Amino acid sequence: MASTTTHDTATARAAARREKARRAPAKWLLAPAVIFLLVWMIVPLAMTGYYSFRNYNLMMPSITGWAGWTNYKILWSDPTFWSALGITLLIVMICLAVTVGLGLALALLFHRNFVGRGVARTLAVAPFFVMPVVTGLIWKNMLFHPAYGLLAWLFRTLGLEPIDWLAQFPLTSIVTMISWEWTPFAMLVLLTGLQSLPEDQLEAVRLDGANKWHEFRHIVIPHLGQVLYVVVMLESIFFLTSFAEIYTTTSGGPGTATTNLPYYIFQGTFVQYDIGVSSAAAIGAVILANIFAIFLIRFVAGNLNAGEAR
Amino acid sequence: MSAQAKRFSGANIAFGVLGWAVALLMFLPLIWLVVTAFKTEAEAFTVTPQLFFEPTLESFKAALAQGGGYWHYAWNSVFTAVASTLIGLVLTVPAAYAMAFYPSKRTDFTLVWMVSTKFIPAVGVLVPIFLVYKTIGLLDNVWGLIALYTAMNLPIMIWMVYSYFRDIPKDLVEAANIDGASMGQTMRKVILPLATPGLASTGLLALILAWNESFWSITMTNHAASTLPVYIASFKSAEGMFWAKMSAASVLSIAPIIVLGWFAQRQMVRGLTFGAVK
Repeated sequence: MASTTTHDTATARAAARREKARRAPAKWLLAPAVIFLLVWMIVPLAMTGYYSFRNYNLMMPSITGWAGWTNYKILWSDPTFWSALGITLLIVMICLAVTVGLGLALALLFHRNFVGRGVARTLAVAPFFVMPVVTGLIWKNMLFHPAYGLLAWLFRTLGLEPIDWLAQFPLTSIVTMISWEWTPFAMLVLLTGLQSLPEDQLEAVRLDGANKWHEFRHIVIPHLGQVLYVVVMLESIFFLTSFAEIYTTTSGGPGTATTNLPYYIFQGTFVQYDIGVSSAAAIGAVILANIFAIFLIRFVAGNLNAGEAR
Repeated sequence: MSAQAKRFSGANIAFGVLGWAVALLMFLPLIWLVVTAFKTEAEAFTVTPQLFFEPTLESFKAALAQGGGYWHYAWNSVFTAVASTLIGLVLTVPAAYAMAFYPSKRTDFTLVWMVSTKFIPAVGVLVPIFLVYKTIGLLDNVWGLIALYTAMNLPIMIWMVYSYFRDIPKDLVEAANIDGASMGQTMRKVILPLATPGLASTGLLALILAWNESFWSITMTNHAASTLPVYIASFKSAEGMFWAKMSAASVLSIAPIIVLGWFAQRQMVRGLTFGAVK
């Protein structure tokens, strides 16, 4: 009796060893990618944290050493930092509302069957593939320009006073440009969601005599819920880091009217050379991004388990 | 009602008109960019937009001419985008393979950790990377930029390839194992042929993202390693000067990627949503 037990454990141990040997190479296959991400993302992030507690200004190399919370205190009392934080959030919120709202409307429109739908959709998607630097310059020079822009011409034709968009409505202009780029993305993802609508459920409610609104409210929206969630979370991550559109058009101005957190940190690093304070601001940006990211990661992790159950 | 008849029903004609109007409105800024690119500088810079003019290739010639700038930046863009995509794929395929076919207790954690690195904003690591690059001479160096683009795209690439690998039946791998194939053989002979379309679209997505990237290229390069976004951004203070040349250079910079993007629409959606929307 005792001998069989020993025998069983021995077999189990041998099986475990074989399994381990079979898996062994897997660890080495994963290592290069993990190490690469550690070296280029996690180590620098730790260094940012370290610098944020140091006295470090490239213009004043003689002042070094620990700064304690000084850099954070400087930030706390800097009105530009708070306005940058507010502007960052404003850009995220307004762009989300515009791109998701318009994106949903466009997705429903392009889900209809009309002549040349494929070509029309392809044209509407194009702005998403335009590099943000080009977006900035097209809008600044060809559309928003108070004398030579298309909008100025339109206003004059209508007998109105042309508006200097970037000077008078800087934030609106930035939001318009970002939304122009990202509405196609929201539209594309939502359209993909619409195309995977459960036909049988739609048939069923139609047989029950449901009207269009009922159908939309009770079948389409719940089905799109998950897709909408992905769009919102993903876009917020990109909107939080908007940079090129601001860099090429307003350079954060007029004053600090369009200075968001990335631009604030960029200026702190390359104009004021204040490594310590910039690092503290960067830690602020990371915390802000993580508040948004927590929701997405929870979602992605949930999705992972759902995938396993499949 | 047949599909053809449905297309021409009253409601759908109305939706068609609306759909086309919206599409053209979205596309209008790009049309205007292309139109401006075919003008002379004098025609590009007018108070009343000139719709009728003699199209000229003058601006394209100016941008493409020796010393016009385009080629230097275009070459850097092609090189960094292609190299970072290839390096990314070399790192991605083994990692995704290990996680898809040899999952361990830590696999879920690793995957989620990889997504989470995507949410460290670039400014969060800007300062140390700038200082380290300055110290070790990677500032204004294409390889420095390539490494950054690889790190930037790696989480998305791994997720995307992982989701393609998971669509491959596990039985195939087990059958190959029973036949005594080594892990390398299974990967080469069984998995890669099946996953080729997925790898191609992952590569395409990485290429597009690297090509359009501007933050790192603006902050980490000066001239030698600068890519097209830096070149285009250099026109930003040209008040009314060189608009036609700027337009021509912009068209040359975005046209290839828009064409690639049109082919890769669905894959972009899949990749950017971490495989959640297929």
